[in-house]
Amino acid sequence: MEELRPLDDIGEEDLVISMGPQHPSTHGVLRLVLKTRGEVVLQVTPHVGYLHRALEKIAERVNYAQFMPYTDRLDYVAAMNCNLAYARAVEKLLGVEVPPRADFIRVIMAELNRIASHLIFFATYGLDLGSLTPFFYGFREREGILDLFEMASGMRLTYNYIKIGGVWKDLPPGFVDKAYEFLDYFLPRLDEYDRILTDNKIFIGRTAGIGILPADMAIEYGVTGPNLRGAGVAWDIRKDEPYCGYDQFDFEVPVGKGEMGKLGDCWDRYVVRMQEMRESCRLIRQALDRLPDGPTMGRVARVMRPKAGEVYVRSENPRGELGFFLISNGSAKPYRLKIRTGSFTALSVLPEIAKGWMVADVCAIFGSLDVISPEVDR
Amino acid sequence: MLTLIKEIIYPPVSGFLPESLLLIVIMFALAGLVFAFILLAVLFFTWMERKVSAHIQSRLGPMYTGGWHGWMQPLADGIKLLTKEDIVPAGADRALFILAPFLVLGSAFAVYVALPLGGRLFLADLNIGIYYILAISSLGAVGIIMAGWASNNKWSLLGAMRSAAQIVSYEVPVALCILTVVVIASSLSLREIVEAQAGGIYRWFIFRNPFTFLAFGIYFLGSLAEVNRNPFDMSEAESELVAGFHTEYSGIRFSLFFLAEYANMLAVSLIAAILFLGGWYGPLVDSEIPGALVLILKALFLVFVQMWLRFTLPRLRVDQLMHVCWKVFVPLAFLSLIGASVLELV
Repeated sequence: MEELRPLDDIGEEDLVISMGPQHPSTHGVLRLVLKTRGEVVLQVTPHVGYLHRALEKIAERVNYAQFMPYTDRLDYVAAMNCNLAYARAVEKLLGVEVPPRADFIRVIMAELNRIASHLIFFATYGLDLGSLTPFFYGFREREGILDLFEMASGMRLTYNYIKIGGVWKDLPPGFVDKAYEFLDYFLPRLDEYDRILTDNKIFIGRTAGIGILPADMAIEYGVTGPNLRGAGVAWDIRKDEPYCGYDQFDFEVPVGKGEMGKLGDCWDRYVVRMQEMRESCRLIRQALDRLPDGPTMGRVARVMRPKAGEVYVRSENPRGELGFFLISNGSAKPYRLKIRTGSFTALSVLPEIAKGWMVADVCAIFGSLDVISPEVDR
Repeated sequence: MLTLIKEIIYPPVSGFLPESLLLIVIMFALAGLVFAFILLAVLFFTWMERKVSAHIQSRLGPMYTGGWHGWMQPLADGIKLLTKEDIVPAGADRALFILAPFLVLGSAFAVYVALPLGGRLFLADLNIGIYYILAISSLGAVGIIMAGWASNNKWSLLGAMRSAAQIVSYEVPVALCILTVVVIASSLSLREIVEAQAGGIYRWFIFRNPFTFLAFGIYFLGSLAEVNRNPFDMSEAESELVAGFHTEYSGIRFSLFFLAEYANMLAVSLIAAILFLGGWYGPLVDSEIPGALVLILKALFLVFVQMWLRFTLPRLRVDQLMHVCWKVFVPLAFLSLIGASVLELV
């Protein structure tokens, strides 16, 4: 059988199982071929491509501004962050200045969406480990964020709100008050999450010491974002290469400490995300407090024709570093666009860290990497 | 049971049919009664589980079907399941695939024959009652293995393997805990075990001494594993094994597994109430509440706790489950057995 080839020497006692593309724990359409002996997984081979939409090729056929809605579909649970990453790449190519108010709005939106994305992680991770209730809690709180986004952009999933040069429209009246309201409501909920999942003995038993990703391996594979920070490396582009004025804000970069098991285990990756939600709340509050007045759109031509050249711009997305490599040949369309996503690199490390664990652990490890299929396949 | 038939049911209806035939008819009627009881209980539990889970998860659950809080939802579900297409996969072992759900349901059903609901409300007061129950309920594991094997599906097979290992291991601590009660009551008959707990809440075996309290805890957790409920629902862990041993089942055959699971939930709760919580005796010495109602309320509370746990806790891993069973529950169950026996002797 063709599909079994990547698995080396299948013994008589071994069982080859195809986990996915339709499996409750593969979060979308992803396929993992497992070679197991009893419950122990000897080899994991991810198969990608079920969601391939040729986004990079599409980018070569549309104008710079027209590609923005496609970035919404890149990581649809963090569409604002994807918008922002692409907008920054084109802005750098064009040399556009973004007004300060737009920068603050971008920070608010990006951090709100980071919380929404981590909430989905929290919700589905509970489900992966057999806890059914966190799912509803996570989605309940996410509604509040989606309501805010709906106020600002009219959309609830694919916003297309952050534009090249600024944001689509200024914040609607009442947005700031509602955002404060949300923060006041949300922070106590985070303590509730800790009670139902984080501090649960069974949950710790299922995640601590499981699927250890050491820092050097994470760096070798190019793993970024919360997965890298879970391995104890304090690398955050918001801190190390500040953009959108992130350097004006006071926030911590949470890293894994191996409190429950070993450094870089599933629990560390999980708890880094939980702490990041708290930090995002701090960031949003600061940005709302100091929101300046002024225009929300820089000076951008209707049809953008950047000078020939190339840029690589990366942003800190909920799922790691999202980088856009753009080559312009002076026309209105990109000559080439390469998208570097955090999910893809996170998935590439899975065979390495899931080897030798049990079937149930593969779900725990895969869930803790927080991979999303449309970002893997593009 | 024969005495019950001969003394109460037989006299008024004798003469209509030959005696041997009449006996069979009465037997079937009684079996139908038990089945109706289980069916009603399961219908109620599916509704209750939806409501409990909904309120834990800040939802409402079914609200429309039938008017008052969706009380007819289980009936609607039942009709839906009955009218669904009955699929037997092409690669399946047809005979085993068809037989398995009946075996699982049969074992769940047979347990009720020996369960007394009150001092005078029982079908069969077997002098080996509790061992009959232990034996017959293990038969369900065979059905689950059959289902997993016959489905010819790798997920089903993994689920069945887990289930077999789990049920067989958890029989041991559960049996030891039951033995603790048997030692104190010095009887295997469920009726006599309850009679030994008469006379107020402090006479219940759970409060008899610290060892029986421990035994109750182990019995309750072990029975969760036996009926495949969260946090021990490895055999049907949907996030790992899709749906475990019943992945390939649909329609009525799936609903038979479902029926058996809920019937088992009630059965282990009833057994726990009978063995440890004073059976049909209320907490006060002389109360006017009917015994069967008291017993069912106690069992309902335990079923509620099962649902509560299911929607609060994550799932254990299969090796952690075995660890808990053999290295924690079995030694503790031995401790409670020996401790309770010594206290009884002294």
